[in-house]
This record gives sequence, C-alpha cells and structure tokens, in this order.
Amino acid sequence: MTANGFWQITLILAAAFALSVPFGRYLARVFRNEHTWLDTLLNPVDRLLGHVIGRRTVEMPMSWKEYALSMLITNGLMGLLIYLILSVQGTLPLNPLKFPDLNPFLAFNTAASFITNTNWQNYSGETTLSLFSQMAAITFAMFAAAATGLVVAIAFFRALAAPADGGRNLGNFYRDFIRALTRVLLPLCLVVTPLLVWQGSPETLHGPAVAHLVQGGAQRIPLGPVADLEVIKQLGTNGGGFFNANSAHPYENPTPLTNIVEILLMMLTSLSLVVTFGIMVGQRRLARVMYTVMALMLVVAIGVAVHAEWAGTPVLAGSGIMIHAGHGQMGGNMVGKETRFGITDSALFDTVSTAFTTGSVNSALDSYTPLAGMVSLVQMMLNCVFGGKGVGTMNFLMYGIFAVFIAGLMVGRTPEFLGKKIERREIVLASLALLVHPLIILLPTAWALASPTGVAALGNTGSHGLSEILYAFTSAAANNGSAFAGLNANTPWYNTVLGLVMLFGRYVSIILMLAVGGSLAAKPTVPSTIGTLRTDTALFGGFWLATIIVVGALTFLPALVLGPLAEFFMLYPHG
Amino acid sequence: MSVMKSHATNGEWNRLARDALIDSLKKLMPQHQIRNPVMFVVYAGAWLVWALWIRDLVDMRTAMSAFTGTVDAWLWLTLLFASFSESLAEGQGKAQAASLRQARQTVQARRVQEARADAPYESVPGTQLRPGDLVRVEAGDIIPSDGEAVLGVASMDESAITGESAPVIREGSGDRTAVTGGTRILSDWLVIRVTSAPGDTFLDRMIRMVEEASRRKTPNEIALGILLVVLTLVFLVVTMTLYPYSWYAVHYAIHKGHVVGITVLVALLVCLIPTTIGALLPAIGIAGIMRLMRANVVATSGRAIEAAGDVDVLLLDKTGTITYGNRQAAEYHPAPGTTQEQVAAMARLASLADETPEGRSIVALTQKRFPGQTQALGADAALITFTAQTRMSGVDAGGHRIRKGAPDAMRAWIGQHGGAWPQELEITIQRVASRGATPLVVCVDAAALGVIELKDIVKKGIRERFAELRRMGIRTVMVTGDNPLTAQAIAAEAGVDDFIAEAKPEEKLSRIRAFHDEGHMVAMTGDGTNDAPALAQADVALCMATGTQAAREAANMVDLDSNPTKILEIVRIGKQLLMTRGSLTTFSVANDVAKYFAIIPAAFVGTYPALSALNIMDLSSPRHAILAAVIFNAVVIPFLIPLALKGVRTRAASAKSLLRRNIWIYGIGGLVTPFIGIKFIDLLLVWL
Repeated sequence: MTANGFWQITLILAAAFALSVPFGRYLARVFRNEHTWLDTLLNPVDRLLGHVIGRRTVEMPMSWKEYALSMLITNGLMGLLIYLILSVQGTLPLNPLKFPDLNPFLAFNTAASFITNTNWQNYSGETTLSLFSQMAAITFAMFAAAATGLVVAIAFFRALAAPADGGRNLGNFYRDFIRALTRVLLPLCLVVTPLLVWQGSPETLHGPAVAHLVQGGAQRIPLGPVADLEVIKQLGTNGGGFFNANSAHPYENPTPLTNIVEILLMMLTSLSLVVTFGIMVGQRRLARVMYTVMALMLVVAIGVAVHAEWAGTPVLAGSGIMIHAGHGQMGGNMVGKETRFGITDSALFDTVSTAFTTGSVNSALDSYTPLAGMVSLVQMMLNCVFGGKGVGTMNFLMYGIFAVFIAGLMVGRTPEFLGKKIERREIVLASLALLVHPLIILLPTAWALASPTGVAALGNTGSHGLSEILYAFTSAAANNGSAFAGLNANTPWYNTVLGLVMLFGRYVSIILMLAVGGSLAAKPTVPSTIGTLRTDTALFGGFWLATIIVVGALTFLPALVLGPLAEFFMLYPHG
Repeated sequence: MSVMKSHATNGEWNRLARDALIDSLKKLMPQHQIRNPVMFVVYAGAWLVWALWIRDLVDMRTAMSAFTGTVDAWLWLTLLFASFSESLAEGQGKAQAASLRQARQTVQARRVQEARADAPYESVPGTQLRPGDLVRVEAGDIIPSDGEAVLGVASMDESAITGESAPVIREGSGDRTAVTGGTRILSDWLVIRVTSAPGDTFLDRMIRMVEEASRRKTPNEIALGILLVVLTLVFLVVTMTLYPYSWYAVHYAIHKGHVVGITVLVALLVCLIPTTIGALLPAIGIAGIMRLMRANVVATSGRAIEAAGDVDVLLLDKTGTITYGNRQAAEYHPAPGTTQEQVAAMARLASLADETPEGRSIVALTQKRFPGQTQALGADAALITFTAQTRMSGVDAGGHRIRKGAPDAMRAWIGQHGGAWPQELEITIQRVASRGATPLVVCVDAAALGVIELKDIVKKGIRERFAELRRMGIRTVMVTGDNPLTAQAIAAEAGVDDFIAEAKPEEKLSRIRAFHDEGHMVAMTGDGTNDAPALAQADVALCMATGTQAAREAANMVDLDSNPTKILEIVRIGKQLLMTRGSLTTFSVANDVAKYFAIIPAAFVGTYPALSALNIMDLSSPRHAILAAVIFNAVVIPFLIPLALKGVRTRAASAKSLLRRNIWIYGIGGLVTPFIGIKFIDLLLVWL
C-alpha cells in the first residue's frame, strides 16, 4: 500500500465515522418522533400518507407479531408489484429500446433480489430493463427495502429498551416506514443526486445517446434516470446498478469524487444506527463497544484486501506486468479495475460494499487476488461488519446474545442482556437465526457443486469455480448482491434457488430477531449490580468478537479452504 | 449415623468408579444415547465408521482398515467417557438415595380417633395413613409419616435425615411441632396429625430429588442444551456439505487426490461439535445437586439451585443468622453512689431463678466479672416472674424486693415506693439505648442501683461474609422486630446493607414483593408458620429442618443442620454450578480452532498439496493428524471429569474480575491446550 493510499483510506473512514455521530442522533430523533427541522414541510405529507393508510393503522402501537406481519404483508405486496412490472414491461410506457418482458424465473429472481435489499442482478440493466422498470421496479424497491431494513432495526431497539411488559412497545411499522422515507432516505437523495449529476451522471427520460464513431458507424449509449438510482443504491445499501458494470460505469460513478461520496453513502446509515442504538436503548457505552468491535473488523478487512491487491500475485509478476508502482505504472493487481479509481479506491469500495452488504462494485471482484476476494466472502458470511441497513446491527446483537449467554454463565448468573434475562425462548430463536445463515449458504452451494446444472454455469474451473458458486449463495444469503461475475447465474435453477435464498436470508432472520425482541420486551428488567455481567466493557467486547470469529467465521473455514484459500496457497507454494 | 455427610473414602471411590464403569457400558444403548443429542451424533458416527471398518476388513484394505478401526475405537471411547462421567455423578446420588431409603421403612402406626393421651388406638400400616389422621407414637417408635405434633412433648432422634445425632425436642404447641417420617422418638410420647399423603413425605421427596437429579433438566440447562444442539446442527451441515465440495474439487477443479473419506468427515464432525461440554453437562448438573446435599441442604428442585446463583438480595433474620440467638448482658452501669459490684450482685440475685437466655446471661456475666458473688437465695425467697403487665421480674429475698425491668416500668415502680430517680441514670439509659443495646434497670426496694446493658452479639466472621457478598453484588437486608435505633446499631456492626426494623411477618412478604417489582431475586430463610407466605414468595427460600410443616412446604430448600447462615453457602453453590457450565462451554468451543488446523489440511492435502501450509502444528501425516485430534477430543473428557464434579473455583469477586479470570483460564486455555495436546499425541503416535 502506498502512503497516499493509506491516507485516503484513513481520511475516508474518519469522515464516515465522524458523520455517523450526528446522523445517528438525527435518526434517533426521527424514530422517537421528536422534532426535526423538516417537520414544517413534511408533517402534512406524513399526515396525508397516514390518512391514506388509515389513521388507526398508523397510530396503534404494535407487538412484535403485528410489526413483523405488517412488514411481511407490505414487502410481499411490493415484491409482487415489482414482479408484475418486470413481467409486463414490454407493454408499459417509457421503453425507448423496446425491451421485452422478463421471463418468470428472472422476474422472480429480480423481484426477490430487490425487495430483500440484495440487488443480485442476473441481467444487464441497460440491455434488459425499460426506463419505467428501472424507476418503478428497481428504484422504488431500493427505497422500500432500505426503509424496511431500517425500521425493523428501530423496532428491535425499541424492544430492547422497553420497560417491563413492554410487549406492545415496538412502535408502528407504517409510521416508521413513512418517516424512514420522508425524513431520511428521500431528503438525502434529493441533496446528493444533483452532486452526481454535476459530476456527470445522467438523469433523463430520453432514450440512448447516439455517438458517430471516427471509424464510421454509430454507437448507442444507453441513458436514463441514473443519478437518483445511484444515490439510493448506495445510501440504502442496495447495490444494484443501472448498468451491468455497476459503479465501475462512468455514468454511475463518474469521478474519484463521486467514488468517495458513494463509499460514504454506503457506510452512513449502518454506522449511524449503532449510535442510534446507543441513544434509543440508553446504552451509549455499549454502543461504543459495539462500534469499536465492528470498526476493528472493518479496518482489518480493508487492510488485508487493499494490501493483497497492491501485492498482486506471483503469476502477475511472472508474466512481466509491473507489480510495483512507478514508471507510469499503477502496479499491483489492476486486473478488472478502473484506472480512474486505482487499486486503493477500488479495493476500499468493494470491501466496504461487502462489509455493509451493499453489493455495488466499482471493479471486478472475480479478478481480485484470492485473499481480497476471501475478505469480501468472509464479511458476508459474518454479515455483521456493520452490515446492511438495520439487519447488520441486529445480526451483531444476535451474536451478542450468545456471547452474553456464555459469559453470563461464567460469572455465575442466569445470563442477562440489557437487564433482561436470556432464557430458553431467546436462545431457541437466536439459535435458529444463527443456523439459517450457514444453512442457506452451504447447502445450496453443495447442491450446485454436485449437480451438472450447477457446475455448467461456471466460467472458471479449479478452486476458483467453487469460490464463484460459494460467493453467489453467500451474497444472496447476506442480501449483498455483489458477484464473482464468472458465474452465469441467469438460468431457471440459479434464478429460483438464489431467489429463495435471498428471501430466507432476509425474512427468516428479521422475523426471528423481532421475536427475540418481543420476548425480551415482555420481560421485567433486572437491576444491575456489581455481580451483573457488564456488556459495555472492552473485555466483553473482546469476548463478543471471539464469539463472532469462532462461531460465525470458523464455520465456513472448511469451505473457504477448498475455495479461495486453496487458490491462495497454490499461488504461493511456500506459504 | 450420618448419611448426608458421608465423605467418600478411597475404597468407596473405587467402588463408585467400578459401578460407574459398568453402568456407562449399559448406557451405550441407543435409547439412552438419544437423550443427549450432541453425544447421539457421536453415537451414530461411531456406528457408521464401524460399518466402514467392516467393509474395509472385508475388502482386505489393511492400512485403511487399521485407520478406520482406530478412529472408530476412539469414537466409542469418547462415548464411554461421556457416559462414565454421568454414571459417576449418578453413582454418588444413588448411594445417598439408598441410605435414605433405609430410613423409609414400613412401620405399624397406632391410629387414634382423638387427640387424648389415653385414647384407644387401632394398629394400621404406616402406608395407609392419610393427611388428617391422628397417630400416637411412643419412645422407640419410628415416626410413620410427616406430621405436626398436636399433643405431648418428646425428644427425637432426627439423624436419619439430618445427620445430626443430638436429640431435639418436639411438642404439641409452638414452633417446634414438625415431625418427619423416618425419624425416631427417643423418650415420652406424642400425638401427631399426619400432613403428607403416603409417598409424598419429606423423605420421599428427598429420595425423589436425588434420583431425578439426572433426569429432570433445569431451565438454564435446557437453554444451554439447545445452544449445543444448534451448534451441532451447524457443524453437521458443514461436514456433510464438505463431501460434495471435495467431490467437485477432485473431479472438476484439479483432477487430483481422492474425495474426502466418510471416516475423516465423521472425525471432523465429532471434533467440531461441542462433545466436551455435551458429555459433561449431565454430570455438572447432578454434581451441583450433590454439592448442595453434602452441605446438608435438600432442594425440592434443581431450578432452585440455579435461582440461588441469581439472587441479589438476601433477607436475613437478625436472630440466629446475624446474631447469636438472644440478647446477652454485656455491661453494668452503676448509678451514682453505687459500685459496679453492687449492681452485678443484685442483678444476679434478681436473675438466679430467671430461666430466660437474658437472665442466664446476667448470671454468667456476674460470675465472670465478680467470681466472689456466689450468694444463694434463701428458702424464703419468693420469685416474681415477668408478665406483660408489670414488665419486670425479680425476687423477694431477705426482706428486700429486688427487681429488674424496662426503665419506664422501673421508674413507675420507684415512684410508687417513694424513691428518687437519679438524673444520671436517665443519661446512662439514653446512652445505652442509643447504641442499640437494651437497658434494664436494677432496683432494690425504692433505690435504683444501676443499669444492665443487654446487647445482641453479632456472630463472628459474619461481617466478612457480608463484605464478600457485597463484592459479588448481593445486597443483604436484616429483618428484625427491634426498634429502628437498635436495628441500626446492629446493622452497622454486622455490616448489612439495609435493615427492616419492627418487622412483622407480613412485612417480609410485602418487602419481597417490592424487591420483585424492582426485578430483584430474593433469598430468605425462615422456620415459623408465619414465615410461610414470605417463603413461598421468595425465589430461594431456605427453611430450617426444625421449622414447622407449613414453612417446610412453602420453602424450596430445607437446611437439615438448621443453620441460617447456610444460605450464603447455597448462593455460592448456585453460582458455581452456572460458572462450571459456562466455563466448560467456552473451553469446548475454543478447542475447535486447533482441531480445524489439525483436520482440515489433513483431509484435503491430497487434492491441494499447497494446503500443507495450514498444517501449522507440523503434524507427521494426515492420518496421524486426524487420529490425534480424535484422541485429544476423547481424552479431554476424563481429564475434565474432576472439574465437572467439583465445580470450578469460586471467589467472592465482581462479575468483571470473574469473567476476566474465566476467559483467561477456559477461553485462552481452551484455545491453546488442544494445540499442545494434539501435537503431543501426534509425537506419541510417531513414537509408537
């Protein structure tokens, strides 16, 4: 890594961390229904929307079941709408290039992908989707999925903060959902979109631009409402691009400046939510511990990935490519990277993208060195290095429940977290949430590897082939959406299985964690004494981290050994 | 005979171990193994590898069959070690249950129709007695069932259940009415009203408790069990999916080596699932109950022991728990013009016939201070006993009226007799009362001689125990009928955190409710019938064995020694039980790291030779590596059995320092130990 690279990363991270504090406070204000500076403008909008949904529906306090059910129904209806739009886009307006309807498998996969905040794309946006689909199906879903993730986390926080028998204290899904859109997502998009347009992103309903080439002939360059999609794509940790090349495309991510803005947007909400957690649950010290542990994982991940990309591989070095920077050369592993970003900003972008399970990429992950590729994989396997909007914090807290359970026993008390006893019911629910992630990654991967259909889609053989399939299911399970592009997953089998994995990965764990929250909310709070296990200490933070590594990461070690690690050790025969 | 306090000798241990070994072989039946899901996975794996071994033998693959056979042997040993630990713990329980059962003999009972000393009786077997029946028992009888004495006074030998051979008194009124089936009446007779149905007596419940220790799981044990099952499921998926991964690697990716063998996958699975804690979990639970029994406490449920670990408020009766029984004379304060010896002499005379503990303590104090005072009461002496109206007692002897009593009663007495009440005396009385002691005034005729200071004597070492509790985050609350001033003084001396003065029984109940509302877990001790509601409300309720039947029913633990201080020991045992579980779970899970590094490279190095870089322990060969991991996984169980049975070391310390200590020993220790162990076993295998 160069000194320049080091400082870039440090400054970008510092900026993100600094922004997260005021923004986290703002989120807490929004969801505690406190006064915000947009109220005068937006309260009438809220009221209007509330009127449409029904006054009582948006005001009644909900139990975890009601909250989860409202979330499921809303998401189900929106997913269906997306599926329908994609299925009949040929007959819908704003289709200048006359793209046909999507086949049912691809439409299902795409609908599941976007409503679950995954944004796995088994299609190329610019050659498959009409402008109407891009707006009404894709951009719409990006707002909806981001808001969903955000509000379930908020409901979970409320449950943790609830006083004894606060079983109905999870808030109101519809009200939260509206406020997430009107107070958080839409205003930020409106502010940042002009910045992208200024830097060169198109925002138009016109058809493609036609360029007449010097050597004759014409090139049609697809255009559309790109800039706004790009902002919510990053801000909502969605990740699905307008173009197939995603944030590597000059229209999606025109300049190094937009690259930095997009990185910051990806990180903003998930970082801030930890701060919000601290405020809403009244556990600022605990929030600091959580933040530190997650930031530690993130920094190590970025460090390994960026270092591995700068180091390149012996194969690259052996083929006469300049592996060291200098003499007008970039150096390092530039395969699959844009020269306008270079190695540091590419590796940083993609590592942040998998940490925050956004899934947008500005370079080809498939061409990364084995270690950097593995960093992305591992982050999605953990699914809580800050993680996706809302769900990342919830996953992290799920590991916290296990850490508390075991550490609590070690101090001789029935374990308690935030003053609530962790008993059989919580352990059953959290255990299922823990189980579902490896299950929906490892089983479909095994199925794919053992079936001719699964293997036929591979662009590469060797251990990299295993990595590609493993990556696909990990990305789907973590609702990330990034891909090792060597895999052609636009087949009925992959479309269906990946779609199902995304749905399970999203809703099963959300419902289970809301159930944990509901169960905790109903319990009396145990007063804290010196005999109580303190969770807001560095010691416990370390234990928490160890739990995540030993329970979360080592589970996947055997699979990683046959994928990226085999690849890595074969490149470096002497270890 | 003391059954509860039996400390196993070496010989007994050998017998216990032998029985446990036989029993653990019996436990290898599937219907027993299925009860422990983690070990059942090992069980299924052991059969599977056994089948593979037979196949290898039939196919005459010598090297392969040796490997498969050895792995299988160690899998069966793993199961055997697990069953052994459970059998060993159960064995201790069985021995205790057997001795208890000896006390539960069928005896003939004399059933009577009414509670009269000379009522006619019919002889019925003890098993036919129903609650409400009246029974007459006489010297030498075994009490046929639990009950309350309604008539008579008798001395009892309760050693069959308490292990305490000194006789105790039971009588037909007051708080000492409870009699227990299986105990023996030594002298006199009693008429008893039976309170328990046959098969549900105290003794029956004790036997059931011991026997069911291994079968009934406690809430926390169930929660931990679920966590272990889920971890097992995760690793089941991990190892099962490895087969297709390896198949792909061999047939598609690199066309080299062999697909990973089922034996290796089973070995990996068994090493990764939490077998260590899975094997020891039943033993830890039983051992916890046994530790409590060795402390001579009988719990009616395992849940109560876990609750004891959670207790953060202790309600302690002042009398008996914090102080020795009753108040004792501590000092004489003479009035102006008298000497201390004069006060002492008169106080002694006034108390010679006073059989209350206070009275006896006055005699004892004078004897200690002024051994020369040995004057006996004359034959003409008339005793004046204490009544609630006069509130004084004393003696009329040698023409003098000697009295001692409460200051205001004595002041009235002196006023009646025309004497003077010295001002200095009033000051002394105030001073004595202000330090929580009780002043008694001694008068002879119309002259006040001085003040006797009666004090509660705080038990030795109790202050240190309370300080320990404070370090563990447990609040102590003293309950006393004394006035607030007295209560405060004793509270300060004993070092309790809080006190309830002038407490009535119902106040205990409301206070417990208040603590519950704040989310606290409360433990208390009690023995009287009026303690029963509070005992029923408390999370951990310890009743003295001498307590009434109602109190024993309401409590969830009974202390056979009737030592209220025992509650502190119970809290420690409860904490220790949970700590042992947590620490061994941490150890078990931390072990996995080293096992990955032993087995994973060994399993796939044939396909990807470059993976030998992961063989960081430098194990000699893939087969040795796998064997070493399996052997380590098995032998760690017997090594940890003593820890599981004894429990981890406990200290009175804050949660933070306990956590730090246990993470270091069991977390970091659990991480490092298997690296050393597996390497050592590998060296041993090479040497062999």
